[in-house]
Amino acid sequence: METFRVQGTAERRAPGNRASGVIGVNASGNLEVLVERALPDDQCVVEVATAVTGFRDLWQAVITEFFERKSPGGLRFSINDTGARPETVTLRLMQGMRLMESE
Amino acid sequence: MAEWDEQRHERQARLNEASRYASGKLVSPENTKALLETVIRPGDRVCLEGDNQKQADFLAETLASVDPSRIHDLHLIQSGVVLQAHLDLFDRGIGRRLDFSYSEPQGAALARALLAGKIELGAIHTYLELFTRYFVDLTPHVALIAAISADRDGNLYTGPNTEDTPTIVEATAFKSGIVVAQVDEIVDRVPRVDIPSDRVDFVVKGNRPFFVEPLFTRDPASLTETQILMAMLAIKGIYAEYGVRRLNHGIGYATAAIELLLPTYGERLGLKGKIATHWALNPHPTLIPAIESGWVQQIHCFGSEVGMDEYMAARSDIYFTGRDGSLRSNRLICQSVGLYACDMFIGSTLQIDLAGNSSALTLNRIVGLGGAPNMGSDPRGRRHTSDPWLKAGQEAAAGPALYPRGRKLVVQIVETFGEKMAQTFVERLDSLELAKKLKLKIPPVMIYGDEVSHIVTEGGIANLLLCRSDTEREQAIRGVAGFTEVGRGRDRKMVEALRQRGVIRRPEDLGIDVLDASRQLLAAHSIKDLVTWSGGLYRAPSQFRNW
Repeated sequence: METFRVQGTAERRAPGNRASGVIGVNASGNLEVLVERALPDDQCVVEVATAVTGFRDLWQAVITEFFERKSPGGLRFSINDTGARPETVTLRLMQGMRLMESE
Repeated sequence: MAEWDEQRHERQARLNEASRYASGKLVSPENTKALLETVIRPGDRVCLEGDNQKQADFLAETLASVDPSRIHDLHLIQSGVVLQAHLDLFDRGIGRRLDFSYSEPQGAALARALLAGKIELGAIHTYLELFTRYFVDLTPHVALIAAISADRDGNLYTGPNTEDTPTIVEATAFKSGIVVAQVDEIVDRVPRVDIPSDRVDFVVKGNRPFFVEPLFTRDPASLTETQILMAMLAIKGIYAEYGVRRLNHGIGYATAAIELLLPTYGERLGLKGKIATHWALNPHPTLIPAIESGWVQQIHCFGSEVGMDEYMAARSDIYFTGRDGSLRSNRLICQSVGLYACDMFIGSTLQIDLAGNSSALTLNRIVGLGGAPNMGSDPRGRRHTSDPWLKAGQEAAAGPALYPRGRKLVVQIVETFGEKMAQTFVERLDSLELAKKLKLKIPPVMIYGDEVSHIVTEGGIANLLLCRSDTEREQAIRGVAGFTEVGRGRDRKMVEALRQRGVIRRPEDLGIDVLDASRQLLAAHSIKDLVTWSGGLYRAPSQFRNW
């Protein structure tokens, strides 16, 4: 188990008013994301707890690109990972952000 | 004085000698080895019917057991190297040279045998090349084939799994060769005549039904949301964009996801009747929901698929069926359909390089080429037009042309990472190293980059038709290569510029909501759902049944 956080700044506040949401499943090759609207509008953070060690650089790259692509201002993402591949991580982060727009 | 019928005399001499092992055309399993040792001579070209589906496995095992001091140095010319017995032939010195197309699940064993120098490799062919060479410089002296049943005259019923048989028999029987058929049963009257008796010399009732594997069954339960996202991208960004109605699908999971999204996502986009109506396709069970929902007008098949026969027999408006009611497949014809009469091929691969060249061969696994290079190529001999073909041609041309030409859509749909985090996008294909080790004159390439029109990954679609230079093409590929080293090495500014021009389109550029990329969107969630969709006509093979 490895845990770390990646912090970023955002140009825009993430749309929507939902306070929190969960997406994904904590199963092999997959991951679960808890999203909370818990930060100032120009801040974002992803906290990672992963069962697979040694891929920190890759996580950093995936998360940094997500911040740049989507600008999830005000959101804190907490990831419970069971060996998901990078594309699954990106998809879940984007889904988590979209979830915060829904009622 | 020149003799002009030596082959015929040779054939007759072999038949005369072999007649003692047969009663008429019928040969017992016990006599089969002696028969083969009589009709086959050292150095013969032998086509041992191994398709990628059905196998003349009893004849393969019998051939592998002949006395190598009598039968040796054979040149095996067969589309599929599929069984252990196919490799045993070379281990035992019965076979020396091999020309083939496809080699799963023996890819790893074949790689070992080739690297150890146990097999003299002619070439790795596409199906159409090998089949057509049967009529030029690889004509079989002896063909060992498989059928479901035979009558006592030797008329054969090959039924749904007809596949390569008519082509092999045509080349052998009409050039003074000898045809030996393995059948599951001898009957008074065959349900329909797939191979007429005067092309068949001997019939052996095998000691068990011929081997056939369900190769094209994808369990909807195994589909991931990433694959569903890729399927949505393809449907919205390519099928709908070009109005693709005539097409061929590969056998991967992403295309299975597309098949299962037609009645849901495709329906929602109002695409029914506008896309995916006419197919060159194996009988994929995952297409059942689309067929049942009225999406599909007709399908021509390369072969059959275990469990699908009853369903297809009951859907003769969709499938090509005989007067007996069952499917008639034909690999040579269907490959030609995929090459000339389809506007799109979409399939997966293991590796793609910076120019878009792809390969499914690695140093450890030589899986062959199969049919993808035929379907996944733009036929220069095509002359009829269609809207998708013309649109693709316009995109590829820099400007108006005096003699405009269309283009086939050749789409590679891949996840950026494969099994065990293997990177799909690479600087150099493993093929290059393989070619060096095996001293091949050209590195095996599944689909050449200049044939590829689009690459779809979970990161978006790269339209290579719109690229105007090698640099643009490379950056378009890097731009959808995700977090592979190739992807991370992209020029961000150039990729953004390509995106502005629509060369790269991300899910958000196509108005795709990532929340839709959910298993809920699949028309079937399990094999059992497919059975239900089929009204119980699809008989799922036991390895796919968990109920």
